[in-house]
Amino acid sequence: MAKVIVYPPTSMILSDLVERMGHKALVVPEAVRTLVTAEGIESPPLNVTPEEPKKGLHYAAVDVPSGVRGRMALIGPLIEEAEAAIIVKDPGWLTGCAGCSRTNELVRLLIRTKGIPVLDLAYPTDDAEARVFVQNIKKFLEGLK
Amino acid sequence: MRVTKYVITSSESDILPSDIAMKIYGSKYDVSVKETCFGVIVNGEEKEIEALVKDIRAMDPSGIFIKDRGFPPGDPRRCRGRRGGGARPGFYMIESESKMLPMISRALASDAEAPAIPEKKKPIQMKKLEEIVKEELS
Repeated sequence: MAKVIVYPPTSMILSDLVERMGHKALVVPEAVRTLVTAEGIESPPLNVTPEEPKKGLHYAAVDVPSGVRGRMALIGPLIEEAEAAIIVKDPGWLTGCAGCSRTNELVRLLIRTKGIPVLDLAYPTDDAEARVFVQNIKKFLEGLK
Repeated sequence: MRVTKYVITSSESDILPSDIAMKIYGSKYDVSVKETCFGVIVNGEEKEIEALVKDIRAMDPSGIFIKDRGFPPGDPRRCRGRRGGGARPGFYMIESESKMLPMISRALASDAEAPAIPEKKKPIQMKKLEEIVKEELS
């Protein structure tokens, strides 16, 4: 079972397909859950403590907007853990924690420079493309240990 | 550790969110369930949720999709009832991807080899465009 990071990091389709094929999908909701459901929340409401910006500083400099560092505090550790990646180009509807274009550029760069196997895809627009999309993911995941 | 998962049905699936909720109510698992317009949200201990999710997926293997959720169901930090209305941030992603679920379901159900897709036309390169402009204007 390999740990596979998906981009967009909140994608339902990608995380479902990864889990379906017996691998572990690394997704942002898991990182959010660890923070917001921790016992004895230190910093309500979302439990973003002074440690979170420090984590973000591992990936982005201090003069980079705080939103990028905040997002990287969640996504950065996932990239470090990842053994493979699936990236969907130009999803076009990224919002919330996946809604920052600069963070998304940095996430894609860090994934690519890590040297792990990466599958690049585009979201399908018709049935034929959907079949290719699913089969490409299947083949990629079958090739992982 | 308690975890929360979305169970989302494809719009072409014969399974309704209420069918999933009824199956969970009738199951042996000690979990809480919230029915929504696109599926259900289940919350419980990780091992129980993993086993439950397998049972639910078996109802329609290619038409039911599972996604992790960070906040428990009805959490006042996310629940729109407490925030004065409006969709929560994560809903837009689910809404957009839900439109693709029928295609993905059909692809998962199909055993046929994927057809060859002709490469999409790329936009004309800037150099080529410059040449065309020069030719046209000269």
